[in-house]
Parts: sequence; C-alpha cells; structure tokens
Amino acid sequence: MNQALDRSRDFDHRGRAWYLDRAVTVFVFIGGTSAILFIGGIFVFIAREGLGFVFSEFDAGEFFGSIAWRPTSVLDATYGALALIVGTASITGLAMVVSIPFSLAAAIFIGEFARGRVRELLKVLVELLAAIPSVVWGFIGFSIMNSLIIDIFEVPIGLNVLNAGVILGLMAAPIMTTIAEDALKAVPDGYREAAEALGATRWQVIRKVVIPAAKNGLVAAVLLGVGRGFGETMVVLMASGHSINIPDSVFDSVRALTATIAAELGETAVGSDHFRALFTLGILLFLVTFAINLTADTIMRGIRRKGQRANP
Amino acid sequence: MTSASEQLFAGTSLNARDRRVEWLVRNLLGLMTALLILPVVIIMTLLVVRGGPVISWEFLTTAPVDGMTAGGIFPALVGTVWLVAVALVASVPVGVAAAVYLSEYAPDNWLTRAINLAIINLAGVPSIVHALFGVGAFVLFFRFGTSILAASLTLAVMTLPVVIVSTREALQAVPRAFREACWNMGATRWQTIRRIVLPNAVSGILTGVILEVSRTSGETAPIMFTGAAFFLPFLPQGVLDQTMAMSLHLFVIATQVPDAPDALPFGVALVLISMVLAMNALSIGFRVYVRGRKKW
Repeated sequence: MNQALDRSRDFDHRGRAWYLDRAVTVFVFIGGTSAILFIGGIFVFIAREGLGFVFSEFDAGEFFGSIAWRPTSVLDATYGALALIVGTASITGLAMVVSIPFSLAAAIFIGEFARGRVRELLKVLVELLAAIPSVVWGFIGFSIMNSLIIDIFEVPIGLNVLNAGVILGLMAAPIMTTIAEDALKAVPDGYREAAEALGATRWQVIRKVVIPAAKNGLVAAVLLGVGRGFGETMVVLMASGHSINIPDSVFDSVRALTATIAAELGETAVGSDHFRALFTLGILLFLVTFAINLTADTIMRGIRRKGQRANP
Repeated sequence: MTSASEQLFAGTSLNARDRRVEWLVRNLLGLMTALLILPVVIIMTLLVVRGGPVISWEFLTTAPVDGMTAGGIFPALVGTVWLVAVALVASVPVGVAAAVYLSEYAPDNWLTRAINLAIINLAGVPSIVHALFGVGAFVLFFRFGTSILAASLTLAVMTLPVVIVSTREALQAVPRAFREACWNMGATRWQTIRRIVLPNAVSGILTGVILEVSRTSGETAPIMFTGAAFFLPFLPQGVLDQTMAMSLHLFVIATQVPDAPDALPFGVALVLISMVLAMNALSIGFRVYVRGRKKW
C-alpha cells in the first residue's frame, strides 16, 4: 500500500493537493500519537505530585503495613494504606464472585445459544446496563440496596462490602460479558462443525471445544472486569460505608483507595503532604490498572494471531 | 486426536440424557442472563415510580432553592451541556485524526502497537486517576483553575478512546476497493479519505460521538475537583467559570443534603439516566439503521 502510493507520487506535480496531503499526514500522525502523549502525561503529572511524597515522607512499611490512615492529624500524621488496599480488594473480590459466573453464563448464552432477535435484544440490554452512570449505581446502593440489606439481613448498617460488591459486580458484568462473547466468537466455526459432525450436542461442543479454545480470551475478560471494579470510584464511595476497617464479614463497612482520593482531595491544601499522599495512591492505582490492562491485551493479541492462523 | 474425539462424543450423542442436560444448561444460562439484565429493568422502574412525581417543567427550568432541598435542576442541566459540548470540541477532532491515522496510515510496527496499548490504558485507567491528572495538569500546571475548561479537557482525555475506537471501526468498514478505485484515478491519500472514506463512514463516526456524549454526561469523579461545584446560584458565562453538573448534583443531593425530600434525588437520577440512556438508544438505533442501509 505504501510503496504503490510512494511511486505514484513521483509522477505528481507537487501542487496544492500534494502539500495538503503532507500536512494532513502530519496532522493525523500527531492525532494518532496523542494517545501515547496523554497516557504519558497522566503518569508524569501524577508522579510529579506523588513522587515528591514517595521520596520524602513515604515509609513503605507504614504505607503497606499499617491501617492508620490519619493524614489530617496535626501532631502525628500517618499514611497507612493497608486498610484501603484491603477494602478495595474485598469489594472487588466480592464483585468478581458475583460477576464472573453471571457474565460468563450470559456470554455463552448470547454467543452460543441465543439466535436472531433474542440475541440482538440481549446485546442491546447488556449495552444499556453498561451505560448506567456510576453515580446512579452509587445512588442505588446508597438508598435502595442500603435499606434492602438492613431489612433482609437485620444488620444495623447496609453500606458495606456486600452492598458495594454486588453493585460493582453488576457494573463490571457488561464489559466481561462483551469481551467474553468476543472471545467465544473468535473460535473458528470449523471447530464447532467438527465436533458436531462427531455427534456432540451443543453443550458438549461448548464445554469440550469452544470454552477450552477460548480460555485465554475468557481470562482476559475476567481481568478487564477486575480492572474495572478495582478503579471504580463513585460506587465504592457511596455504597461501602467509607470507614477505615479490616473487614471480618461482608457486613462490615470498608473504605477503598479510589473513594479515599475522591473524598479527601477537595479538602487538602495543594502541595501539602496529604495532597501528595493522595497522588501517591493515584500512582498505585495507575500502576495496577496498567499492569492488568497490559496483561489482558497481551493475552488478547495472542488470540487474534492464532485466530488469523486458523481462519486464513 | 481421532480416538480422543471418539471417546468424547461418539455413540453418546443424541440420547435422552444428553438432551436433558442440554435443555437444563440452556435454561440455566438463559436464567442467569435474565438475572443479570433484570437490574436494569428494576432500577428504571424504581426511578420512574419514585422520581417521576418530582419531574415537571418547573423542575427542569428553575434553580435549586432552600439549601438545595427544593426547586429544580436547571443550572445542573445547563452545566452538563456546557461540559459535554466543550469536551466534544476538544476530543472529536483529535479522536477522528487518531482513528484516521490508525486505519489509513499506520504501518504494523511498534509505534502502532504502543498507540493501541495507550488507547486501551486510557480507557482502563480509573476515573479518579483521570481526576488527579486533571487537577495536576489542567487546574494547576496550565493554570485553568477549577473551570469548565479544565473539567471538560479531563473528560475529553478520558473519553478519547470511545471516539477513536468507534471511528476506527467505521473507517475500516469502508471496503478497500473504494480506496483503490480512488487512488487509481490519481487522487492523493487525503483526497481519497476526504471524498470517499469519511463520507462513507460518517454515520459510524456519529454513532461513536453520541456514545461519547452519553459517557461524558454521566461521569462524576473526573469533574469533582476540576470544575464542577456543589452549588452555584448563577449559570456559567464562559469556559473559565465553574459550573454545576447533573452527575455531581445527584451525588450532593443524595449524600450531602440530609434534609432533602426522599423523592428529590430520585428525580435527579431519573433525569440523568434518561439523558444517558436516550443518547445510548439513539446511538444503537442509528447503528441498526446504518447497517440496514449499507449496500456493500
């Protein structure tokens, strides 16, 4: 494609069209590389504030080992993020327990069983599920789920791991469903036909052929779901109870990394230790989600390559 | 391979037991899918039932009064329109340029892979990290202060992947033969893109833009510290003013205003979700319409 065009240019008059073409090439190249610029910019600007804290006040033992997040204490401010990390992990963990079985079931049903209009309708509904803004989910947790949990389980407070975990599970489900369905779709039809020709029922085909072949893609889908849950802010701010705590049960309130930033950033002085400590939490969030996305992408790129080989 | 397959399937095929299992699995999976989708229906019903009575023309066109325990949502609606509009102005040109580069120019090399990876990460980075970026870059470094400009640029960076990915798909759906025919007439690459590729992809691009509007209008965390205010008695006059916004207004009414009547946040949530879902439905409908009209 490039070569053909380069040769044709030799015959051109280098008129207005040619220069315009060059200018556009430069313009779209800048646009294309802007994504790299932005993701780099995000890291630079967060690190600019956060690394100053890491190199001065930061104490890794305290940060990862202490649950005392007391940034506003005048005499003895401590920055122990352990409870926040555990809070995020417990909510995300419960969300995945809720979300993974349902998302994979939905992906298999939509991808392999549903046909025609039913399938189109289900896909649209999953898309609508994905469209509900996180603040609305948070509000649902804060108002409806809260009283529901209090009534059903007879606990004093309904803003807890269970509440945030279930809501987060519902939020993470659409992305997992969509990507898992893509992974199933990427399995060549020839595999299915071969198994069917041997007399397998559709479920046998799915269980013995399609799922093993799509395994990596399903793992990537789950990873992206984890990433989504891990980084969600408004839901965990509104539905988790937001109290620093190592939870014993799903009925305990916890506080998450993202929610801590959201709750405290507005009340800190720019450039203070507290302000920079919040950016340090941001670095942690950035690095973890970056690692998750990178892993998921590596897995999916492997699949795409394999798919090309199987479907020449 | 053959023998293994025989063990797995041969002879066991369509007997009664397998059919029962098949029926069971099918219905179980269907049930789980329904359970996953059920919350959308329940949430919408609840919001309509509990928030519906609040909504009136007055609710949509007046400002909140009495410490936000009464009155309407007009400044928040206007603010959301401002934020979305400025974010679109910033992100659509960049996003379309990026998509044109990736679809029409980019060779298969490390740079393209890096761009794709960056896009995936832009979409995957937590919204609160985007907020920190917005504070660090636009509010402090570029000295826009907490303003519509800073908030919208933060939103623009965050939703850039939506525009890029949907535009790239739309461009790649244009058959290669269209381009080749045009090149053979002696057109430059840009002439081909402008006259042939973009016109054929414009509806797909529009679908992505609508989707971005939907995403942008619901975001809360990125605008909390970059330009959205809890309460402002006046409307924004320009991009350097702060503004109220629907999403943050819902958060504030629900969690920070204890005296607000119960129905009020439901009303705000209903308006917000109606905006978002209407945009989404429009985008889906548009996509179906375009697919039906395509002749190649």
